[in-house]
Parts: sequence; structure tokens; C-alpha cells
Amino acid sequence: MNDVATPAAVLTAANYKSATKPIWCPGCGDFSVLGAITKALAKLQLPPHEVAVVSGIGCSSRIPAYTNCYGFHGVHGRSLAAATGLKVARPDMTVLVTGGDGDGYSIGGNHFMHACRRNVDMTYIVMDNHVYGMTKGQASPTTEPDWDNKLSPGGTGVRSFHPLVIALAAGASFVARAFAGDPNGTADIIAQGIRHPGFSFIEVLSPCVTFRPEQREWKQHVHAAPVAPTDDAAQAARRVMTDDGFNLGVLYAGDRTPYPLRSGKAKQTVAELEAEFAL
Amino acid sequence: MHVLAINETRAVAGGTAGAPAGSATAGMAVSVALAGSGGSGVMTAGTMLLDAAARAGLYGIMVRTSGPQIRGGEAAALVRLSRRPIDSLDDTFDLLLAMDWQNVNRFADEIPLRASSLVIGDADEGDAPEVFAASGARCVALPLKKTAKAIPGSWVNMLALGLAGGLAGIPAEALEAALRASWKRTEAGLLANLEALHKGLAEAQGIAGMARLAPGAAATGSRWLISGNEAAGFGAIRGGVRFVAAYPITPATELLEWMAPALIKVGGALLQAEDELASVNMIIGASYGGVPSLTATSGPGLALMTEAIGLAVSAEVPIVVVDVMRGGPSTGIPAKSEQSDLSFAVSGLHGDAPRLVLAPTSIADCLATTQWAVQLAEALQAPAIVLSDQFMGQSRAIIDRPVDAGFAAARLTAAANTADYKRYRDTESGVSPMAIPGTPGIVYTADGLEHSEAGIPSSQARDHRVQLDKRERKLAQHDYGRWWADIEGEGDAAVVTFGSVTGTVREAVARAAAQGVGVRLIALRLLAPAQPERLAQALAGVRRVLVVEQNHGAQLYRYLRSVYDLPGRPASFHRPGPLPLRPAELTGAIVEWQRAGTPEKEIA
Repeated sequence: MNDVATPAAVLTAANYKSATKPIWCPGCGDFSVLGAITKALAKLQLPPHEVAVVSGIGCSSRIPAYTNCYGFHGVHGRSLAAATGLKVARPDMTVLVTGGDGDGYSIGGNHFMHACRRNVDMTYIVMDNHVYGMTKGQASPTTEPDWDNKLSPGGTGVRSFHPLVIALAAGASFVARAFAGDPNGTADIIAQGIRHPGFSFIEVLSPCVTFRPEQREWKQHVHAAPVAPTDDAAQAARRVMTDDGFNLGVLYAGDRTPYPLRSGKAKQTVAELEAEFAL
Repeated sequence: MHVLAINETRAVAGGTAGAPAGSATAGMAVSVALAGSGGSGVMTAGTMLLDAAARAGLYGIMVRTSGPQIRGGEAAALVRLSRRPIDSLDDTFDLLLAMDWQNVNRFADEIPLRASSLVIGDADEGDAPEVFAASGARCVALPLKKTAKAIPGSWVNMLALGLAGGLAGIPAEALEAALRASWKRTEAGLLANLEALHKGLAEAQGIAGMARLAPGAAATGSRWLISGNEAAGFGAIRGGVRFVAAYPITPATELLEWMAPALIKVGGALLQAEDELASVNMIIGASYGGVPSLTATSGPGLALMTEAIGLAVSAEVPIVVVDVMRGGPSTGIPAKSEQSDLSFAVSGLHGDAPRLVLAPTSIADCLATTQWAVQLAEALQAPAIVLSDQFMGQSRAIIDRPVDAGFAAARLTAAANTADYKRYRDTESGVSPMAIPGTPGIVYTADGLEHSEAGIPSSQARDHRVQLDKRERKLAQHDYGRWWADIEGEGDAAVVTFGSVTGTVREAVARAAAQGVGVRLIALRLLAPAQPERLAQALAGVRRVLVVEQNHGAQLYRYLRSVYDLPGRPASFHRPGPLPLRPAELTGAIVEWQRAGTPEKEIA
């Protein structure tokens, strides 16, 4: 209220959280990711009303309402499309997209690919837990083929999807892997992704303690990437295809020109467009 | 019961079809079909003929038709020129001019002829196909290609332009000006083609038996040449649209292609999406960001968009979706017109999802109706579907310069730091101030989940009821004014219709009136939400209603019967695409329906 009169107050992570209580299970990795997002925003000192958090459907897609930013909770799988429209129409907004592996890689897979190649300046944070949690435990594209579940007894038998390689092949200009159990590291990566011009893709390993309790072990496996980020997509792809899947950090940062955004500046009046039709 | 009534009335109407002995509008209008195989240049010639007619002060319409080939297939330009504004094709053509006969017989149904018609073909191409000759039309063979060949550098379609223009009564100066205006090549080529044009004009003088049009008053500056797709695109920009997401689909693509450069000129943007699921979600995202947004598609694309249109209903995000309808279902008949997406547009969303559905009543009206749709969507924070179709979208017409109806986007937005701000507050009008991202102190989350007034997800019965009522009320209570329908004429019977067939219905109503059968015409521009009080007023004194539309399932008839109390036993005249409804068959249907006596007798 007194923004004008007083010197700009320093924003803390708490300033980016809403009063709405998450619906997540106790121990869910998404709590930490929410914390990491708010920490990253505090780190960048972005005014909350200048940030939009856009999502689809799923446990992690509930994040927008848990922030104190503008939120958009749309339909399943289409978060990247909605975010693309928002960012192109409103270049002044900082746009984050949040969601899960089912939302982003299955129903939204086509948009994921095209968002990578379009390279609109926004940050896509996927909380990957290798399972559909909201519908109570079915296999997602990143689920291991032999994971037994009610919908596909004995497992799907279908090889899992490698989001990082797909992102690199499709042209994402920033690719990183983070772990929910390391909120500070994740916050740092998210902040880097927001600062990076173009489409930033951050895959966050976020355990589902309810349907994949074995993922509690992930904290034993994760480790910082032993190499510096590269701007060579082929090299980055080779690394992520051959690593153990628990390599954390910024794995690729390129410098492709981002997609052009709406200028908002008219060169002609609407009335002048008539000339084309007039006899 | 409904089906029975429809079938019975269709049988009544169906018996009246058939071409009249002569055109009912002879002297006032001329219909010319230019046909030929790929590369023969009939579309270019047709476009120039329309342009020349415009320069001669005439009105006109050109409908494009072609075979299924991507490029190089047979094509026909169906041109109707008139001294009065027209929105429809006639029953028959006065002239069929074919550059060659290769596959042109495929257009037999689209180019109906009569005994007094004239058919001109190339002498070296043999006789006109039996499907055309059977009409009894007079067939004239001319050495078209040979003549053009004798004028080095000239094209046979410019010879044809001179012939068709001369036969239609278009002055030589107007034809010449049209050719000069579109010429982008060498001066020598221009001179050769002008010679061919004049050769054609001279040839036309020697051919009798076709009524020539007298030129109209020069109308420089007061008329436009425009297609329905361009008109819709321009209407959208006039209404305030500054973001478009596009996925190409026949026959809506030209609308999007017209908007792409136009939007950049006015500070907007068009983005090509990966599919229609993306394009509709993109415009919802952009509009959530406060920028009036639109996409255009056809039936298959609209089907893909429906889930997200429901999101626009629930999250109360204004969007406009123009559906340039084509033959359905499924891939259907992509390049041909049909009004068969109506049922889907008015009811094809899951849940109770009030939406706006509008339909332009002519090529010119594509402008104002789309502009109005933008205003309504923005004012009511709801999705609006505009039902254009291939006939209106891809046809080009000479129209009076439309008066700007003034419809403009004006969204109710919330001020920064509004105390106790609730995005989905249950206001009296049902419209609640929208927080635009970037505005401090009033952040909220737009949600397709049912929500409380504050926008918090809720499965509580009360919240659901309040929000359902709110979303319905804001559309139902809005005062749509006189634009909801075009109402013309008098009589105790009314013909109710919508969309592109309105022009044909208007012509049929006029012809019926000339036969002493007066009926009222009601063309609905606002299809949803229903306007029961306004329709009751429009139908005051009316005892019987005939519903006319171009689809197989009598979709408007069924819709009207489900949402309105119509007097008497309503009758239906409906026929699917791809062939346009013809004025004569409709005139016959109207006259027979009116003379059949009381509604009870009609059904018995």
C-alpha cells in the first residue's frame, strides 16, 4: 500500500506464498519445489504481481494457487500453450510453468516439443515422480516399464521417455536437472532458468512418497553434475543419455535468439487497414 | 415426434425444386461461370471480372469452386453481378464459359443451366459435355486458344475476360482498368493481353441472346471488395483483437493469413500453433493477460478446442473462436460449405457451460458480427463462437462500405490494491472485475476447477451453485439490443434462418412476395444465449414458422424448438451442402407451405 512512500522492502520467500494450504500428501517432494520457486523469486526480487505461474492438471499443477503471484490453472497438458500465449501477448510478465510428468510428457508431449523449439522466454519446471499421483498411481511416460500397477498389471512394458534428451533435440535453450530434496540448489537453478533468455527447461526429481515410496531413496543417489554446463547440445545430449539419471545442475545453456514477442506498437491505425478493401 | 414432423415437411418442401424457365432477376443480374482445368486462369479472370464490375458501379459476388487437387485441378469462378447488393447465387447461370472441358463436367451440379443459357467452349476442345448440353442451352464454339495464340504474349483467360465481360454488359474501360490494376509484369505483356481483352469484347458483340447489364452509378470510395474471411479478420481487429493463435485449416486459413500482417501493423501478434489444442489455449493465456484474443478454425478444429472453451467459461476468460464451417462430420468436405456445426456450437461443451454463439448473415456482416463478438466476449468475460462458413468465408463480394458499428472491447477490470478483491465475486450482473496480471495487490489464480468467489478451488455445493448461476446470469441478463436478429417484412407467417443462407432466403421471400405470398424474415445473428422475449416480439401476429438451414439434421429447427415456444406447428426446410440452397427451390417451398393452409392440415 505504501510502495511509493517507503524504500522498496526486501522480498523474502514468504512474500511469494499464498495462504492456501496445499492438497499434497505429507512428505511430497512438491512442497520443497514450491519452496524453491519462492526462494528463486526472492533471490531475483521480482514483484509477485509481475510473475505469472501457469499450470495444467495434476498434483504439482496445483502450485499456482499456492503462490502469491498471478496464477493460471488450466486444462490437462496445455500449460505450455497457455503460457506461450500469455508471454507473447504480455512480454513484461515473468512466466513460470509448473507441472508433472504426466501433464507435460504424456498429454502435453506435443506442446513440450514445440515449446522447446519455439524458444519463448519462459521457465518450465517439471516435477517428475514417474507416476500419476492425482489419479492414484498409474504409469506415466517416465515410469519404468516393469513397474506394476492396477492399470497395467506387470508394468506397461513400454520404455520410459527421456525428457532431457527430447528437450535438447527439440531445441530448448536451457536444460537442467534438480532434486526436490535440495531446495536451495533447486532455487538456484530456477533463478538461473528465469534469468536465461529463451525457453528454460528444469526437470526436478520430486518423489511421490505415496505411490512410489522407493523414491525416498533418491536422496542417496543424486549428485552434482561432475562437469560444467555446455553450450554444445550434442555434447549435452550424450552426457544425459549416458549419465545415471541423478546428475544435478545446469546441463546445457545455449544462446539461441528467443521467439519475438508482441511489440504493442502500432505502425498504422485500424482505419488505415480499410484502404486494402476500398474501391 | 420431431423427426416425423421434419420428414413430413421436408417431403412437402422437396417436391418444389426445379429450375424456372428463366431467371427471375433477368436484366437486374447476370450470372457467369468461368471454368477450366488447372492453370487456365479462370480464378484470375473471375476476380478481374468482379473488379471491373465494381468499377462499373455494380454489385457482385464471386464464389470459388475447385476439384480436390492441391494445385492444378479443374476450377470454376462463379460470378453473379447485379445492380443491387446481393449475397447469394442465382438458380441458374446465364453464361458458362469454359477454357477447356477437362473434368469441368464435375461442376455440373454447381453450374446449373437452363434452355436460355449460353455455353461457350473452345472449338478445338470438342462439344460441350452432355451434362451441360442437356439443359438445352445454346452452345457456341469459338477458337479461343487459337485466337490468343495469334496475339503473341497474350493469355486465353484475358480473351475470356473480354468475352464474359462484354456479354455481361461490363464497359470496356472498366475491364481494361481492372486488367491494368492487377498487372505486375512487362509492358509488352500488358499490351498483348489488352489486345486479347478487346478481341474478346469484339467477339461478344456478335453473340446475341444474353441480357446485358446496364452499368450502375460510379461509386468510387463508397464500395469495398472483400471476402468474408477478410471481413471477419478486419472486424476482429476493429473490435480490439491484438493476439491470434493460428493453426491452418480449410476454409479458415485465409482469415488467419489476412490477420498475420495486419496484426503486426496495429501492434498485435499472430503465432502459429502446433495444433488447435494449443491455439485455443494460447489465446486463453493471452486474454488472461488482458489482450483481446481470437482464433479461427473449422469443424475439426472446433471439436479439438471444446475442452479449453469450457475452461474459458469456467475461468471467465474472454475469447473469440471463428468457425468457418465446412461439410462434416469428421474431415467431411473441406472446401465446401455447410451449416452443420450449429448443434455442436450451441451445446458441445461438457458441464453446464453458457457460451455466446453468433452468426454473420452475409459476407459484409462477417465484419460487424465478428466485431460484436469481440465486444460481447470482452464485456461478458466469456467465449464467443462465430459461425461463418466456406460460402461466406471464401467468396468475395462488392459491398457498400460498411458503417463501423462501433463495437469495441471494454473489459471490466479491477483496480490495483482493491480491498477485499474477489475475482469471481457474485455480482448482480454476474460480471465481476477481472484482475489483469501486472496489477499489484489483487493477484488471483484463474481456474478451470470450480471455485469460490475468491477463486479458491472448491467442491462445495454452494460455491458450485453460485458460480453456475453467475456464469449463466451474466449472459442471460445482458441487453443485446437490436443486433440479435435481422427482421424484415410483414405477414402472419415467418421464415427463421441464420448464417450464409440468409441472402438466398431473402431473395426467395422477395420472390414469394411478388407472387402474393408475404412472409416475415427473421435471420438470427445471436444464436446463444436464446432470446425468448425478443423472438416472441418478433413473432407477434405470426401463426406459423418455417425454419430454413443448410444441413442434414435440421439443427436450427431442433434447437429453436428446444429453447423457444414457436407458434403453430413449425416446419423445416433443410438440405445439406455442398450445393448452395437456390432461391427458386426456397420460393417454391415458401409458397407451397403458405398455400397448404393451416398448420394442422400441413402436417396431416
